[in-house]
Amino acid sequence: MIRTQVTLRVNGDDREVWVRNDRTLLDVLHDDLGMPDVRYGCAEGVCGTCTVLMDGEPVSACTLYAVQAEAHEIVTLHGWSDPRREPHPLQTCFLERGAAQCGFCTAGMLLTAATMAERDPDAGREEIRHELVGNLCRCTGYQAIVDAVEDYLHADGGDA
Amino acid sequence: MTMRQDLPPPADRDPARIFEYQRAETWADAVELLGIWDDEAKILAGGQSLVPMLNLRLTYPGALIDVNPIPAAEPRVEDGRLVIDANTRHRAVAAAPAVRAHAPMLAHAVSFVGNVRVRNRGTFGGSLAHADPTAEIAAVALATGGDIVVLGPGGERTIPVDDFFVTYLTTALEPGDVVTGARLRTAENARWGFHEVVRRYSDFATVSVSALARPTGGRPDLRLVLGGVADRPVVVDRELLGPALDAPGDPVRARESAEAIAASLDPATDLHATAGYRRRLVAVHTRRLLQRVLGDEGGAA
Repeated sequence: MIRTQVTLRVNGDDREVWVRNDRTLLDVLHDDLGMPDVRYGCAEGVCGTCTVLMDGEPVSACTLYAVQAEAHEIVTLHGWSDPRREPHPLQTCFLERGAAQCGFCTAGMLLTAATMAERDPDAGREEIRHELVGNLCRCTGYQAIVDAVEDYLHADGGDA
Repeated sequence: MTMRQDLPPPADRDPARIFEYQRAETWADAVELLGIWDDEAKILAGGQSLVPMLNLRLTYPGALIDVNPIPAAEPRVEDGRLVIDANTRHRAVAAAPAVRAHAPMLAHAVSFVGNVRVRNRGTFGGSLAHADPTAEIAAVALATGGDIVVLGPGGERTIPVDDFFVTYLTTALEPGDVVTGARLRTAENARWGFHEVVRRYSDFATVSVSALARPTGGRPDLRLVLGGVADRPVVVDRELLGPALDAPGDPVRARESAEAIAASLDPATDLHATAGYRRRLVAVHTRRLLQRVLGDEGGAA
C-alpha cells in the first residue's frame, strides 16, 4: 500500500517515518516510534489516554493522521517531563495524593492539567473538573486527581 | 511509492480501507478536489467526528481532502453580521471577542462541545457540515439565525441557517460543496439561555434547548431551538411561544408554552432516553428558560 515519508517533530527531535495515510499519530508514536507514554484507549477521542500536545495544546493522537502532524510541534509525556530527571511538580502532587493507580490515564491527565494550569492558574475545582472531563480514569474515582491538580495550582510558594 | 497488498493487518485489527490523502490550500482547491473525486471523497476538517467514524470502520471514503491548511481569520463583524470562518476551531470561537460580544450564547455553548481536545481540533464549519442533530453549534446557529456560506463548482452562495439542516448528518449542501463559514445575525442585546441534558459531562446532548430573545419595540423576537428531539435541530413554532410571550416571566404561562411544545414533538426512543423522557426534559427545560429569558433575569444559563 501507499506510504508517505513524513518528518515528525516529537519532543524536540525530528523523526523521519514512512507512514500509510490511515496511520493515526497514535499508531506512529506508539507502534512505530515505540513511545509507551502515548496509549491506545478508545480511538474515538473520548478517553484521553493518547493525549499529546500539538503546538502546546492537548489533542487526541487517535483522531489525527500522522500525515497531518507534519510541521507541528508534538510533545508527549516524556517530552514534557523527562523520566531521567526530577519529576515535574505536578507529578509530585499526583504521587502525594495517590492520584494514579494503574497509570494508564495518567499521561493524558498530566498533560491536560498542566496546559490548563498555564492558561488559568486560578482555576478552581469546577474548572479543573470541566477541563479533565475528557480524560477517563477507571481506578481512582477522580477525587484524588482533582485534589492533586488543586494542590499544584494553589501550592503556597510553589511553582504554580 | 510501492504497492504491497499482501501485507497482513497489524495484530487483529481490521485495517481501514486505504484512502488517498490530499491537502487543500484554499477552499477553491477543496471544491476542485471534490469534483475530481466525484462523490468518493470526504472533507477532513477538525476530524473529531470523521476520524472516529473511520477508526470504527463506519465509513470508507476513497479520499480525504484535508482542509486544515486553509487559514481562518478571527471572527469579526462585517456589514452587521458576525462572520465566522469554517476553519475556526471551537476553542477560538469560544475565546473570540467578537463572538463573546455579538453572540454570547454561541461562545457559551461551544464550551460544552466534546472535551478540551475536541475543542482544540474541531471546527465551526465542520460541526455545521456534520449536522449531528444533538450538536450545540448547529442548535445555537439556528437560534441565532443568519446564513451559511458555501462554495461550490458554481461559485459562492449562501444558504439560510433555517434551510441548512435536512436530516441526520445531512445538510442542504450539494455533493461538490464545502462550507466556508457563516454570517450570523448579531445578538448583542438579546437575552438568551442554553440548557443541555447529558448522561455524562461532555457526551452528546440527550436534549438541548436554546432560547434567544432579541428586543424589539413590543414583544421580543424570540427563537427557541430544540436539539436531540428530531432528525435535526428544530425551531419551535412561534404560535406555541404565544402564552409565554403574552406574560413574560410568568411561570404558569411559561409552563403552558413549554408543555404545548413538548406535546408537539415526536422524538425517538433510543438507548439514552425514551420519547416520553425526552418530551419531559423539553417541557422542564423550556419552561425554565422561557421564564428566565423573558423575565427580568435574562443572560447566561
